[in-house]
Amino acid sequence: MPKLTIDGVEIEVAPGTSVLQACEQLGIEVPRFCYHERLSVPANCRMCLVEVERMPKPAASCALPVGEGMVVKTNTPNVHKARKGVMEFLLINHPLDCPICDQGGECDLQDQAVSYGYDRSRFEENKRTVSDKYMGPLIKTFMTRCIQCTRCIRFVDEIAGVPALGGLARGEHLEITPALEAGVNSEMSGNLVDVCPVGALTSKPYSFNARPWELRKTESIDVMDAVGSNIRIDARGGEVLRVLPRLNEDVNEEWISDKTRYAIDGLKRQRLDRPYVRGADGKLKPATWAEAFAAIKAKVAGVAGSKIAGIAGDLVDVESTVALKDLLNALGSQNLDCRQDGASFDASNRAGYIFNSGIAGIENADVVLLIGTNPRWEAPLVNSRIRKTYLTGKLKKVAVIGQNIDLTYPTEWLGNAGSILTDLANGTHAFAETLRNAKNPLIILGAGALRRGDGLAVQAAAAKLAETVGAVREGWNGFNVLHLAAGRVGALDAGFLPGAGGRDLGGILSGAQKGEIEVVYLLGADEIEGDRFGKAFVIYQGHHGDRGAHRADVILPGAAYTEKNATYVNTEGRVQQARLATFPLGEAREDWKILRALSAELGHTLPYDTLAQLRQRMVALNPVFGALDRLVTASWGPFGAEGAVADAHFTSPVENFYMTDPISRASQTMADCTEAFLKPALAAAAAE
Amino acid sequence: MLRDEDRIFTNLYGFESPFLDGAKARGDWSGTKEILDLGRDKIIDLVKESGLRGRGGAGFSTGMKWSFMPKTSNGPVYLVVNADEGEPGTCKDREIMRHDPHKLIEGCLIAGFAIGATATYIYIRGEFYYEAANVQRAIDEAYASGLIGKNACGSGYDHDVYLHLGAGAYICGEETALIESLEGKKGQPRNKPPFPAMAGLYSRPTTVNNVESIAVVPTILRRGASWFANLGRPKNSGTKLFCVSGHVNQPATVEEEMGIPLKELIEKHCGGVRGGWDNLLAIIPGGSSVPLLPKEICDTVLMDFDSLRDVRSGLGTAAVIVMDKSTDIVKAIARLSKFYMHESCGQCTPCREGTGWMWRVMERLVKGQAHVEEIDMLLDVTKQVEGHTICALGDAAAWPIQGLMRHFRPEVERRILEYRTRADRGARVAAE
Repeated sequence: MPKLTIDGVEIEVAPGTSVLQACEQLGIEVPRFCYHERLSVPANCRMCLVEVERMPKPAASCALPVGEGMVVKTNTPNVHKARKGVMEFLLINHPLDCPICDQGGECDLQDQAVSYGYDRSRFEENKRTVSDKYMGPLIKTFMTRCIQCTRCIRFVDEIAGVPALGGLARGEHLEITPALEAGVNSEMSGNLVDVCPVGALTSKPYSFNARPWELRKTESIDVMDAVGSNIRIDARGGEVLRVLPRLNEDVNEEWISDKTRYAIDGLKRQRLDRPYVRGADGKLKPATWAEAFAAIKAKVAGVAGSKIAGIAGDLVDVESTVALKDLLNALGSQNLDCRQDGASFDASNRAGYIFNSGIAGIENADVVLLIGTNPRWEAPLVNSRIRKTYLTGKLKKVAVIGQNIDLTYPTEWLGNAGSILTDLANGTHAFAETLRNAKNPLIILGAGALRRGDGLAVQAAAAKLAETVGAVREGWNGFNVLHLAAGRVGALDAGFLPGAGGRDLGGILSGAQKGEIEVVYLLGADEIEGDRFGKAFVIYQGHHGDRGAHRADVILPGAAYTEKNATYVNTEGRVQQARLATFPLGEAREDWKILRALSAELGHTLPYDTLAQLRQRMVALNPVFGALDRLVTASWGPFGAEGAVADAHFTSPVENFYMTDPISRASQTMADCTEAFLKPALAAAAAE
Repeated sequence: MLRDEDRIFTNLYGFESPFLDGAKARGDWSGTKEILDLGRDKIIDLVKESGLRGRGGAGFSTGMKWSFMPKTSNGPVYLVVNADEGEPGTCKDREIMRHDPHKLIEGCLIAGFAIGATATYIYIRGEFYYEAANVQRAIDEAYASGLIGKNACGSGYDHDVYLHLGAGAYICGEETALIESLEGKKGQPRNKPPFPAMAGLYSRPTTVNNVESIAVVPTILRRGASWFANLGRPKNSGTKLFCVSGHVNQPATVEEEMGIPLKELIEKHCGGVRGGWDNLLAIIPGGSSVPLLPKEICDTVLMDFDSLRDVRSGLGTAAVIVMDKSTDIVKAIARLSKFYMHESCGQCTPCREGTGWMWRVMERLVKGQAHVEEIDMLLDVTKQVEGHTICALGDAAAWPIQGLMRHFRPEVERRILEYRTRADRGARVAAE
């Protein structure tokens, strides 16, 4: 442990620490532009210069490893002069357009110019201008503002794994440019906006919308995938203007996917802002809450509990799931299912349906097997975690059963047939040996693999494989299920599943066709074609006029994830709370409140009047809901049902990363991305 | 003055064959095995004793540099020869490669052996096409004669030599940028530490040496370290190739003893300054990046590392650029500023932004279209670049301007005043 002195204070730090990091440990602020904790260190901005005794020249502290007995000075006149010099150089060719720049108010250059800038310019020559570049529908460029820190190049190279950017020409003509101006085709490209220390790369959909100080900032949780990224929602008035990542080392580090960041304009389109009731002419008509409830009451009153069913959708929060479960149970129904994708698996053991190792746990793995999943599209942050581990050299091999696609790191494609999984589980496949020899093997079972008819057998085979190769042992559980829906694990934990004698999704749908199910309550369930409900009376509660609402006989307008205080459980089983950033639209209400009001109308008043009481009920139902923001290890046990895994191909169910749920389907930005990135790829594939 | 028998580069002017037959006649490749038999440590000690300082410009002790290499290594170790001779005014390595390539290749073998290298990469400037052909032919000859390759010279030591052509960027002459370029990346200097001796080419221990430094090693070892050390002055020993260009009657590249008076060098070998010594205005003594010297310093200064450092210039690559009184000295330096702006890699801020700024101000100073205060501002800008960059190109861009202002500030001020007077007169005429 080298000991060094910084500004007269002695500090002992881990070997390999840079002087800049040591300064930070002491709380000494060192200005920087090119340095970023999660990227490689090029030391090219020269802003972090410090004086080190016995060194003839000021040294860039970000790239200087600490040494025993080093004496560092960060606040001498020389250091200040050197930094002022660098700042002057950065500013001479930087346009003075802060008043019209979207980065204004949250710009590193602006902030540091306050400390290190001169109050006037000595530069009499003409300023340099750089032509803007096309980086796709998400990133707006203003390249004259670029200070050539190369953070963006390093981000796409290292984190996103898509070498789409590079530096062209040299000297003062150095320009950052996307290859062939084809846009940055990555699921993580929006992070470039955060990474850019100046206003060269800004958010296109957000451009000229607001100033940072006008925004109300709410720390919340994302629901666009099952990762549960920690986000900050910036809103002004009733409008969500942007979503930014929030630091959580265990989940999303400091990145978020493009869908998380940019699908929010979907919150302004296709919204349900008042109740509707289908009239005698078969058309949906605006109604009051009282009319809507009356219509439901009129239908439900004469129906036996066994003829009522409830389906929870992908974006549902735990509160409303529990409330609906309680209400339906009170009505005598056991026909509940939260797996609207038709997945069949054994949910009796929590370890059987969560991402046991945790997302951060990927960093301990040395061999990874992906089964029927495309993490790049299903959970970009899980994919970037795998890539990160691969880059450290710890991850020796990633094997894939399923589609053979570019995941931004080298993979070994084992094939896509179901039989491969059987062979692996029986130890007759060559790769089983690799897994067995691995220190920490990790198996990621995609939601698509459980969606097949033989989900139970697939789950059991994967569990058997995990057991036989030592992926499950004391201190390590490498059996992971990667869900797609933010509401899924929470609903599973809440037990939103067929009760004793109840029907599952298949049973509900076939029952509806046959008239055995007369009332179906869709809680934000939008992935089922309307005609599959037969003649059943469909109640849809949700926030978007998507598939579910089109089929509904009564629509109850609920709140989107930005509009309610709600609990979500991510694929790891991490319980996190989202917070209300804007109020629900129009007459829409928070979802649990709707159910509570409806229960009173139906004569089965739910026993909770406040959110706190409901949350107590949740914890009583499953203590896991009390463990906020941390992982609860699920104990391993037998689950699934051994059976034959069909030889059908494993595929990922996500066909378009940009449109997977009612919000992103309503988003113009996501439509633009589909147009810009997905269509050309499809066309190219078709041409081959 | 250097005696003929003390010359190392006896075929500097190409009167004899540059290839193996000629080289052997000149004494190359004789007793190479015996030299290698001395062992690594002994060779490094001898090179240290000889006082050889790197001939690429910085003048760091070559033996010392070699001794930084790890003694044992569990993988490849490289010697890289910097033949990307791009410093304006310099044309010494070109002569070696053109007319005496075997000296270089024998040097590669010995130096490579001394640092424990598995292979040598010669990174040659792309414009040196003809020279590259000669070096490649010499390499082929050496391989064919068993001088390099497996069991080189029968010593039991394997050493491969590869030649790689650059693409003409000045910055690729900086050792770490050269390594990047050799690896196939964009030529941009790396941060140090880690130094190449720890992690260089392909992150393996690497020594980067100038062509001349390597080419003189075999002769030093054959004739003895003390022979070399006794030439020149203490700490500035040996012989050196001087490239004299500009306003002299006979521009030449010539081998001379270190520490030869600058005036003697020019008068003896180059037929004197055009129009006589008194017609001399200034000399840049070590390639474009060192500060110039006015005539009164040139009268007496000795050509070696320490003497030139004492007059706040440098020996650099010993490329002597002579300028007589017909020279527009401000324009000459402005041209150098333009060169550095053009060749800046653009990686780090002070150099990327500063070189362009300095050139633009210099261009105005050529015409006098500036304020007198801007001279100090320009000097301040050079100080802001100098020492704050990743590599030495920032320093190299700053020094010529600093030298100009140190010695020719009155000339610059005169132009400014003249321009203003002219402008004022023009304004008056326009007003009338």
